[in-house]
Amino acid sequence: MEELTAPASPTGTGGTAGAVRTVRAGGLTRRYAAGRVLRAAGVVWAAYTLSFLVMELLPGDPVAAMAGAGLQLQPVSEVRLAQLREQYGFDQPVLAQYVDYLARAARGDLGDSVALGRPVTSMITTALPPTLALAASALALALVGGGALALAATYTRRRWPRQVLLSLPSLGVSLPSFWVGLMLVELLSFRARIFPAFGDDGVRGLVLPAMTLAVPTAAMIAQVLATSLLTALDEPYIQTARGKGASRARLQLWHALPNACLSTLTVAGLLVGQLLASSVVIETVFSRDGIGRITADAVTVQDIPVVQGVVVFSAVVVVITNLLIDLVYPLLDRRITLAGAAAVPGAAR
Amino acid sequence: MSDILITEAGRRAVPQPSADPAPSPARGRRRGRASRVARQLARQPGLALAVAVVALVLLAAVWPGLFTARDPLRADPSAILRPPGARHWFGTDELGRDQYARVVHGAVLSLRATLIAVALAFVVGGGIGLLAGFAGGRVEDLLMRMVDVLLAIPAVLLSLAVVTALGYGTTKVAVAVGVASVAGFARVARAEVLKVRQAVFVEAARASGSRWPSVLIHHVAPHAVGPILALAALDVGGAVLAVSALSFLGYGAAPPAPEWGSLISHGRTYLATAWWLSALPGLVLAALVLATSRISRAIDSDRSRQR
Amino acid sequence: MTSPDRTHPDMAHPDMAHPQPAGDLAEPAAGPARQDPVLAVRSLSVSYHTGSGPVRVVHDLDLDLSAGETLALVGESGSGKTTTAHAIAGLLPSMARIDGGSVTFGRRDLVTLPERQLRALRGRYIGVVPQDPGVALNPVRRVGPQVAEVLRIHRLAPRHDLPRLAVELLDQAGVPDPARRARQYPHELSGGLRQRVLIAIALAAQPRLLIADEPTSALDVTVQRRILDHLGRLADAAGIAILLVTHDLAVAAERADRIAVMTGGRVVETGPARDLLADPSHPYTRRLVEDAPSLAPARARPARTSPGPGPAPLLAVEHLTRHFPGEAHPAVDDVTFTIGPRETLALVGESGSGKTTTARLVTRLLAPSGGRIRLRGQDVTTARGGELRALRRHVQLVYQNPYASLDPRHTIAQVIIEPLRAYRVGTRPTRRARAAELLDRVGLPAATLDRRAAELSGGQRQRVAIARALALEPELIVFDEPVSALDVSVQAQILDLLARVQDETGVAYLFISHDLAVVSQLAHRVAVMRAGRVVETGPTGEVFTRPSHPCTQELLDAIPGARRTPRQQPPAHLEEAR
Repeated sequence: MEELTAPASPTGTGGTAGAVRTVRAGGLTRRYAAGRVLRAAGVVWAAYTLSFLVMELLPGDPVAAMAGAGLQLQPVSEVRLAQLREQYGFDQPVLAQYVDYLARAARGDLGDSVALGRPVTSMITTALPPTLALAASALALALVGGGALALAATYTRRRWPRQVLLSLPSLGVSLPSFWVGLMLVELLSFRARIFPAFGDDGVRGLVLPAMTLAVPTAAMIAQVLATSLLTALDEPYIQTARGKGASRARLQLWHALPNACLSTLTVAGLLVGQLLASSVVIETVFSRDGIGRITADAVTVQDIPVVQGVVVFSAVVVVITNLLIDLVYPLLDRRITLAGAAAVPGAAR
Repeated sequence: MSDILITEAGRRAVPQPSADPAPSPARGRRRGRASRVARQLARQPGLALAVAVVALVLLAAVWPGLFTARDPLRADPSAILRPPGARHWFGTDELGRDQYARVVHGAVLSLRATLIAVALAFVVGGGIGLLAGFAGGRVEDLLMRMVDVLLAIPAVLLSLAVVTALGYGTTKVAVAVGVASVAGFARVARAEVLKVRQAVFVEAARASGSRWPSVLIHHVAPHAVGPILALAALDVGGAVLAVSALSFLGYGAAPPAPEWGSLISHGRTYLATAWWLSALPGLVLAALVLATSRISRAIDSDRSRQR
Repeated sequence: MTSPDRTHPDMAHPDMAHPQPAGDLAEPAAGPARQDPVLAVRSLSVSYHTGSGPVRVVHDLDLDLSAGETLALVGESGSGKTTTAHAIAGLLPSMARIDGGSVTFGRRDLVTLPERQLRALRGRYIGVVPQDPGVALNPVRRVGPQVAEVLRIHRLAPRHDLPRLAVELLDQAGVPDPARRARQYPHELSGGLRQRVLIAIALAAQPRLLIADEPTSALDVTVQRRILDHLGRLADAAGIAILLVTHDLAVAAERADRIAVMTGGRVVETGPARDLLADPSHPYTRRLVEDAPSLAPARARPARTSPGPGPAPLLAVEHLTRHFPGEAHPAVDDVTFTIGPRETLALVGESGSGKTTTARLVTRLLAPSGGRIRLRGQDVTTARGGELRALRRHVQLVYQNPYASLDPRHTIAQVIIEPLRAYRVGTRPTRRARAAELLDRVGLPAATLDRRAAELSGGQRQRVAIARALALEPELIVFDEPVSALDVSVQAQILDLLARVQDETGVAYLFISHDLAVVSQLAHRVAVMRAGRVVETGPTGEVFTRPSHPCTQELLDAIPGARRTPRQQPPAHLEEAR
């Protein structure tokens, strides 16, 4: 009776945030938060373990691959291989390696890059600021563009503009982002000569990459928000508000939008993951420094510790985002914390 | 709870304008299928165009000779970096190879990788989800925690990790992309199984004495498989994009092979002088992705209308 | 109701802000004069435009409504009554069009009025009470602002007064502790309270016309009664005209001055409530009057002779208890009853009283926490595996919602054959023959075998579900609210069918319902449940005439139309039923 199910995310792709949440009535929010934190930590640990297994246990001799990566020009001697094996602990049993790596990772030490010899943790922290700047400006563009698109598409009642506006997001999702980037460079840099094509010098250099990254992100936001808005506008409480004489703008902004934003929030984890992942391609296209660039370089030379470090780092970012949403959601949607028997019919829909 | 069901039934009756207590009899669910699809295509030109695009790409993959007689690998020093024209529809590259022929012959590589990726995700992910949904308890907990972990790692990064471990090549890239979509399939499959398992008609079958295996085969599986197939249709577009992104980064087909992602990546070098080298293969790629997503949307809305 | 103090001086004539929306309505009439026409609908036609072309759902409809009058629009689902109400309020869904006719409200024709001017009327002069209070309030907005929104939209009060006015309006609508409720979210209120909030919203601007679309059909019968009483009092005091849309002729009879009966998108009969019920002229109205369970005191039914519990009961339930984890009180608490062969026991109670849980325990879809269940003396409380399957062969279940209980992918033949296949009864051809025979028994043609559930109406589906339950020739069928999802006339047919099947086959019934009126026609004995306990058991007639528990009395009072029959003189057929 007092148990309550959160409204599922409209797309069903909300990561852990979209999963069914169960919260008991009363002042159990602290226990709920503790449970969430614990579960998030579990996911991060499992992600680390998984990346360890994928990297270390798949066929191929990692040391030979690493040695080849680190010293590409000279042929590698058996002595050097043995040295490397000892240095990275590959002469140890797998379990011992794993425990050792895990203990170090818990202290924030993700090992050293094979190719560059630098600590992975410091590589990531150095590469973080440019990626953050790119992701943040793209997200801002995408929120404004995607939000406006969703509102416009659901506001108009004429058939044609609505159809066109509603089909724009699926177009944005379908365009390969590396191709969009190249076309923007061709048009705005080579032809119109407005923005620099490559490199990361200041704000002007940020415009094209941010626009490129914003296209799929805005499309995703618009898609989810438009669907949620349409769903919300179909709800019976909108009919009640129409019965009050409310205008269409009021129905959209005062009644439907808060409900739609709540369900859109559940895909934020997915969105952050997408921003991080897309930076790999976009930083390569625009030759910018950042997390994506070190990842692409590391994959090219099979620099396993770096790839592993980036994977774990991005898992941590996504998990923390989902955790924040899980903790904030009950504050925004009062049906979650103040669950009572009466809440079930409304929320179960 | 009972009262809600009443009003739901009542509200459902409202938009049904028929005053006749029984809805019109059999529209022939199976017999009329072909003609219904044909009518739908005629009513929705966008959908018809999408079907045509997919059909053309499939044809090009199976029978490239139908579209061009040129050899995608043959260099012609007399026609270097020609812009698109009547002779070379998509222009030529720096060695004088016909870009159109390269795109046509690249279809088979891109499509094969896509199909491997989707099939892998469908079989492995669908299997995990069905198993978790059927088994319940500890097995379900363990499997779904694993899925949570996979979902926490952004897809492209997960694919890159697999590529790092497996090495380069079209098939390996395909496997990497497939691995990254496993979690999504597992979630949908499990959710469907759970949903159908809770349906009243499943309990009714149990209450009338049917055994579990019989209920699973006759009631749960037929209902659960539809949404998983719909997701597979949707996933085709995503897989095309992911495969081409990995090829763009240089982890796919080895250089002379005309895979679409590597074509675009290759054209990047000549972007300032020969825009067509990147632009046109990209357009073909985008058209294919758009077409598959349009078709999967049609499948989806068709399913929800039949429900 | 009228509270002059809350109308701000410069807001007293809200019409100043708008170009005279409804002429004569702007000046409040001096007291409710019954003859003032408020609404005149003339040859209104509405159609739905779906993929398969337009379908007309309202044909040439005429209605008149005067100030202070209540007109009930009665019809079954699909009759077009809700569409009519929405057309009048201008709230039709986008796929619906008004093809012709006029809706004159005051001096304006609402059909031709532009949307902007319609908006100025809605909420201000036309109030709407929607169907399902569970979902009709915005879940993320507090109750108070949602009530005050009407005043805000129509600028009837200055902004800083809105919170106070919302509390006042809630108070007038009978919401206890209104100041606290105004700060709460809809989910924190019970269904009844939410309906009162919706009434407060509809009446906030003191409209001239109130359109109530099945305002209480989602609520428990006792709550339904209190709300309708209150709504009637408020509207009466303010002289508001009410258009009450309902499927329940009994509710209409009790609440309305006049009744308009709709079927197939047309009004077939209109007249003062009393005359229309006493002497229905149209055959459809006659059928409705006959079928309404609580309106048919003189209905001739063969007296049901109870076989009595007898020395060897078919099913004996002793001290049955079920706890759900995390709940303070057991859902089923020390329940004891027996059912004899060929007997019908009705289990009656409000939602949440534990009756459905009892049904699921008896069919062993749930395991009891305590107590015993015996079938023909054999203890089946903890039966598992083979034993449980043997139990299910003898005890079958029919669900409330026939839309959900049949697999939409299966043909009707597959649905009915499933239990036969499960128990390996007969061969392929004989099973099909058996299915046809069962369909015939429940009054469906054999051609139904190859159709699917989606192609059948609710009543037909429930007949299929009954046929499936009969397939194995069980000794007991448990019905969980089998008719509450169906229209009234279909309800009566299904109840007739159940009585006939019992006479022919000698199967016993456990019949679960929240509606005593439904039960009166079928049950030999009645057990009344409240909060998990059986508070009263006895032969049907006795329970109806001499209820010993206040809860039973409340359920009896809640039967719509009960007010019309003096409580001391029970309907004749109940006497016969004993």
